[in-house]
Amino acid sequence: MSTMLELAGLRHVYRGGHAAVDSLSFTVDGGELSCIVGPSGCGKSTLLRAVAGLIAPTGGEVLLHGSPVRGVPEELAVVFQDYSRSLFPWLTVQSNVEFPLRGRATRAERRELAWSALKQVGLADAAHKHPQQLSGGMQQRVALARALAYRPALLLLDEPFASVDAQTRFELEDLLLRVHAEQGTTMLLVTHDIDESVYLGDRVLVLSSSPARLLADLPVHLPAERDQITTRESETFVELRTEVARLLRGVAAPVSVSP
Amino acid sequence: MRGLAGIVLLLLGWEAAVRAGAVPAEYLPPPSVVLPQLLAMLTDPGFQLAVVATVLSWAIALAVATGIAVPAGLLLASVPWLRVASRTVVEFLRPIPAVALVPLLVVAVGGGPATKIGLAVFAGLWPILFNTIYAFDEIEPLHVDTARAFGAGRVRVLTEVALPSVAPFVLTGVRLSAAIGLAVVISAEMLTGASGGIGQFILAAASGATRMDRVLAGVVVAGVLGYVINAGLERLHRNYFDWGAA
Repeated sequence: MSTMLELAGLRHVYRGGHAAVDSLSFTVDGGELSCIVGPSGCGKSTLLRAVAGLIAPTGGEVLLHGSPVRGVPEELAVVFQDYSRSLFPWLTVQSNVEFPLRGRATRAERRELAWSALKQVGLADAAHKHPQQLSGGMQQRVALARALAYRPALLLLDEPFASVDAQTRFELEDLLLRVHAEQGTTMLLVTHDIDESVYLGDRVLVLSSSPARLLADLPVHLPAERDQITTRESETFVELRTEVARLLRGVAAPVSVSP
Repeated sequence: MRGLAGIVLLLLGWEAAVRAGAVPAEYLPPPSVVLPQLLAMLTDPGFQLAVVATVLSWAIALAVATGIAVPAGLLLASVPWLRVASRTVVEFLRPIPAVALVPLLVVAVGGGPATKIGLAVFAGLWPILFNTIYAFDEIEPLHVDTARAFGAGRVRVLTEVALPSVAPFVLTGVRLSAAIGLAVVISAEMLTGASGGIGQFILAAASGATRMDRVLAGVVVAGVLGYVINAGLERLHRNYFDWGAA
């Protein structure tokens, strides 16, 4: 597969001197689902924002299809952790999903794309509601549908399931895997949850705490078909999650109690 | 229904107080005198014209104030140096009571409708201006990032994210200005003396023969106007800016 995304020596220092990301280099192939896992506040979100073109990194380069990212690239969609502040409260669910399509598709096409994306996430019935009328999990489904309707070449997900309850989280994880299998969208997902990164990823990129550096790039040798129960108890899964946990613990502050 | 009961109670209390002789009827005529007078006035073309003059001046003033304050608020909010530079001027102008400007405006533009409209615009600018600036500061950054991440440029972010975000706050400002504007228009009508309207009607009824029944009927109409305006704007807010919140 061809390289879709390349980070070359990416470095970002915020005004005031806080270094969030330091000399980060890796590539992502087309169709790959890569998970980036790192401790909370390690600069994962900064990395994603640099890839999305929302911030200009202070050093290094982000290359999409070989050309450097300046400004927000087309064909790119983002799902943020905080769905309640990412969906537009003044628009209906349907209009939220259509928002990115305005100017890119006719009215009829927009409706069709939005409707099929909502169907895909199981929310066709909620099209005419407003986001506040839905539960958190449903709102995040809407945010996902909005990203999917856009048919992005690259989908960035910033801790997408960190604010929903455990049961919903499992459902949304499986939904994401199904979408990935069906559409082959290249996905870059940031999480602080080790199990989630192994369960979802084709590979797991482990980052150190701030400033984020690449500690390991681990392929996930699990079958493409995954199951919340059996996959999570398989030997490969357990070995890999242990390895990631060790890597993360090795860089965690010594006073830290949690693994 | 309970609100209505309150009004009935007030009217009964007023009637009883006058009949019991607690207040002289020539200063404060009871509702049994004022209400028939009010009904008679409502069919009087002269009074109808006065009401129209007041409402029209008020509506024009509110539209002009909104038309100036919203763009100005957006500009001041989005250009930091302009905001800093204008702060002193705004803080100086804002506390000036609009009616204090009456003599100035009468000399400048005469005693006609332009004066009362101008005063109501001046008084009505501030709530809308400040609410717009405040609302602009409160725009959710993630909404902006989301729109940008989906390829929205500056213009789309302004029209499709910033404007809907600030709209409810702006409407609250407009509601405040509407109430202030009505008060200023009626005051100006009393003070300038030549621009017609309810204010002048009340003033005329109070001077000479001192028809307190007509004065009070005029006051009741002014009160009802204020109530209807506020209720209408509240309804607008509920219907368009609640966005399905429970």
